[in-house]
Amino acid sequence: MAEALAFYTLSVLILGLAVAVITTPNTVHSVVFLVLNFLCVAVLYVFLQAEFLAVIQVLVYAGGIVVLYLFVVMLVNLGRSPEEHQDPRRLGLIGLGLSGAVLLELAGIIAYSYTREQSPPVTAAQASPVQGNIEELGWLLYTDYLIPFEVASVLLLVAMVGAIVLARRES
Amino acid sequence: MLDAYIPVLLFVLVAIGFAIFTLMVSSLVQSSRYNRVKLEPYECGIEPVTDARDRYSVRYYLIAMLFVIFDVETVFMFPWAVIMDELALFGLIEMLVFLFILVLGYVYAWRKGALEWA
Repeated sequence: MAEALAFYTLSVLILGLAVAVITTPNTVHSVVFLVLNFLCVAVLYVFLQAEFLAVIQVLVYAGGIVVLYLFVVMLVNLGRSPEEHQDPRRLGLIGLGLSGAVLLELAGIIAYSYTREQSPPVTAAQASPVQGNIEELGWLLYTDYLIPFEVASVLLLVAMVGAIVLARRES
Repeated sequence: MLDAYIPVLLFVLVAIGFAIFTLMVSSLVQSSRYNRVKLEPYECGIEPVTDARDRYSVRYYLIAMLFVIFDVETVFMFPWAVIMDELALFGLIEMLVFLFILVLGYVYAWRKGALEWA
């Protein structure tokens, strides 16, 4: 009962802060709301007893990623009104199509997860020789989910090269 | 299970409550006579020359991006380090492959001069 109350309070907070992020006219305030949103999501991880993920959420998202967002905000000229930021060459139709595709994909995932018969919940305990939160997470990550883990390093490489290509002036 | 976090919840509530309480009490007792100098960000020190929302160099973004990437890399190494003994040689090779791919990116950043400020 108390747990349900805490969960729904937290859900309202997360959704409310997310709405605040996209409705605040001041971009820097919107980043501050994003920090609060990330912190609330970290509490959600604590509810799921994923304490390691909660700590990582605070360290990486509320700490690192938000710094990145702030620098992006400070790259643009905030003195200009939002209307002047609109690019006349903007491809509105393609954007609409792409966002429509993402919406369809999300709807498909939700529909699929409802219609599919219930699969047994993943229990690491039967196979893993380790105990504890980080240990079992690590065991699953480095045995069953080996390929996604290695692909993640390629993703990080692409992000690094992309940032350098975009931000570095050719000399 | 979540009972263990009640002290944390209390801590957060007291912290928020203290901030609100302090602001409310000081707004009740303070005098409200302002002049131009008092409304500046710093009452003493260097006078501000521009607005705080100035445009920054893109190099800050690059450094922040590299920081986040190596941050995430360290996060991936953390669970591995905890169960290194159980994973044995297999885990070591896995992590070396992971690190090799990221070192490629590091070498690229170094060669392109992304780590230099000037």
